[in-house]
Amino acid sequence: MAKSTSKPIFSLKNVTKDFAGYKALNDVSLEVYPGQVLCLLGDNGAGKSTLIKVLSGFHKPTEGTVQWEGENVEFKSPKDANDRGVATVHQFGGTFPLMSVGRSFFVGLEPTKGWGPFKRFDKKYANQVAVREMQALGITRVTDGERLIGSLSGGERQASAIARAVHFGAKVLILDEPTAALGVKEATHVLRIIMQAKHKGIAVILVTHNVSHALTVGDHFAVLIRGEKADDFKKGERTREQITDLMAGGEAMAELENELNTLTGTINQIH
Amino acid sequence: MAAQKPVFDVRSLLRRPEFGAFVSALFVFIFFAIFGGAEFLGPGGLSSTLNIAAELGLIALPVALVMIAGDLDLSVGSTMMASAVVMALLSGTYGLPTIVGVGGALAVGLIAGFLNGIITTKTNLPSFVVTLAVSFATSGLAFGIIRLLTGTLQADVTPEPWLKDTLGTLFFNNWEGAIGLFIIVSAIVSWILYKTKYGNWIYAIGGDVVSAKATGIPVDKVRIALFMGSGVGSALLGIVQTAMYNSAQVGAGSSFVFNSIIAVVIGGVLLTGGYGSPVGVVLGCITFATVGQGIYYTGWESDWALLFIGTLLLAAVLSNNTFRRLALGGGKKKSAKESK
Ligand SMILES: Nc1ncnc2c1ncn2[C@@H]1O[C@H](COP(=O)(O)OP(=O)(O)OP(=O)(O)O)[C@@H](O)[C@H]1O
Ligand SMILES: [Mg+2]
Repeated sequence: MAKSTSKPIFSLKNVTKDFAGYKALNDVSLEVYPGQVLCLLGDNGAGKSTLIKVLSGFHKPTEGTVQWEGENVEFKSPKDANDRGVATVHQFGGTFPLMSVGRSFFVGLEPTKGWGPFKRFDKKYANQVAVREMQALGITRVTDGERLIGSLSGGERQASAIARAVHFGAKVLILDEPTAALGVKEATHVLRIIMQAKHKGIAVILVTHNVSHALTVGDHFAVLIRGEKADDFKKGERTREQITDLMAGGEAMAELENELNTLTGTINQIH
Repeated sequence: MAAQKPVFDVRSLLRRPEFGAFVSALFVFIFFAIFGGAEFLGPGGLSSTLNIAAELGLIALPVALVMIAGDLDLSVGSTMMASAVVMALLSGTYGLPTIVGVGGALAVGLIAGFLNGIITTKTNLPSFVVTLAVSFATSGLAFGIIRLLTGTLQADVTPEPWLKDTLGTLFFNNWEGAIGLFIIVSAIVSWILYKTKYGNWIYAIGGDVVSAKATGIPVDKVRIALFMGSGVGSALLGIVQTAMYNSAQVGAGSSFVFNSIIAVVIGGVLLTGGYGSPVGVVLGCITFATVGQGIYYTGWESDWALLFIGTLLLAAVLSNNTFRRLALGGGKKKSAKESK
């Protein structure tokens, strides 16, 4: 159990997601708490992206239920989830490389000025706010809202997506491998921004392959193996080795270890 | 931040999506001014160029929006033809008021566009396949109906003065009314793209459809609306041509399918979507028309125009990619000192 003081804002109860006979998720239950970082770990194809697509309204679960603030909900669309306060930055992008920083910050929630038929997109305001919010997250190199997203570094892009979610009052922030393509410095910066979001009381769901990144920011961990939840634990309850093992698929790793042991055994004998 | 930028910032000029279109328009204009001689630069030459650009633009501008959102529309030619046929049948063969024929033509455009949009979004098939199929179906239907009702492949009509004297006539013996319509359509398309939230949605959909959905944009509705827009653009051209020539023929219009795409691409719109500007597309139409008309004034065989267009198209696609890279990479060096 996580912090007893708070109730989960978001939870999955026995969720199964079936893709034409293939169970990408099998009977998964999960709880997400405000002000905590939940790390979703697992190998390629384990079902992490599928799980967050259920959480963000892209997929409807084949079986099981999703609960929001203690009540059953059925998200009809990503917009539906978005309106409740679920902000998602999807794997491979989540941002629009050929749009300006200001425009992409407000996609779907454009500020307007004027009235009636003269109502128009307020570009100046959009640019100002986007730059201000990114600066607030420590991205000081971006000073011009007209810059294209594609000209930013990977970390700056993730930051702009997170800044957007924070600005629009997201309650749950879902990040699918935000640090995957980043260098050490950039990744550290993104992790710091995740901590900032967490301290604002936002529930963060972080998908990652990187155990170090997970251990740095995670309060709560869930490991998926072939669509099933293999383990679920709090910070400090498992060692790094145990987690690495689990992520690599548990038994497969045990076999490999045995093999390695026999190998090192022989080597030791020689010495 | 959004403080004044210097008027001449070469690098930001280079990064604009219409820069390539501007260069090619300027290039072909100078080229044909030299080889086409005084006649090309006279009112006859300039007006015929602008007339062609305007007619093409009626289709190319809404098609540009479709393409910026990441789709293609190959049905514009048949839609144009079918709407012309419907207009001529209603107001000519059946003698109804011109406004009924015009309404019928616009309805054809809206329906064809709606079909394109609804089938593309519901089936998730590539839009070029869907619009190609719709294009053939529309053509077949137009052929069948006109033959059934008139026994020929042509329908004649005498438009009422309100239409004939605006869109069906040459002003000062040279300039088509379509030019006025072209200006209006350019203004509307620019307004939508730059000044409304829908413009932002169009860029976002073309940029990354999944993320666009995630932010809550009604992606399907926008795509359907854009196809309906290009249907209306095609119908407008059908109306213009029917008003000009007092008749509608089946078989007309097929050249507009590729010509509109060529003008849009020369105008700097990326084939992959997500990037482009109406100003560029206007320049693309002018470039296209300049080549077609310019050749005529050089006295060379018009075959060379095709070679010209082909080369320009290839150059445009290549430079679009280069400009895109420039736009993506060039931001960093830009100093921030002018902001605040
Ligand atoms: N729309 C879909 N239709 C059919 N199968 C799917 C679909 N989406 C995902 N899958 C399958 O479900 C499984 C889990 O995919 P998912 O993308 O959730 O993995 P992941 O854990 O995010 O992997 P990675 O770490 O590589 O991103 C995969 O085998 C994948 O092929
Ligand atoms: Mg994934």
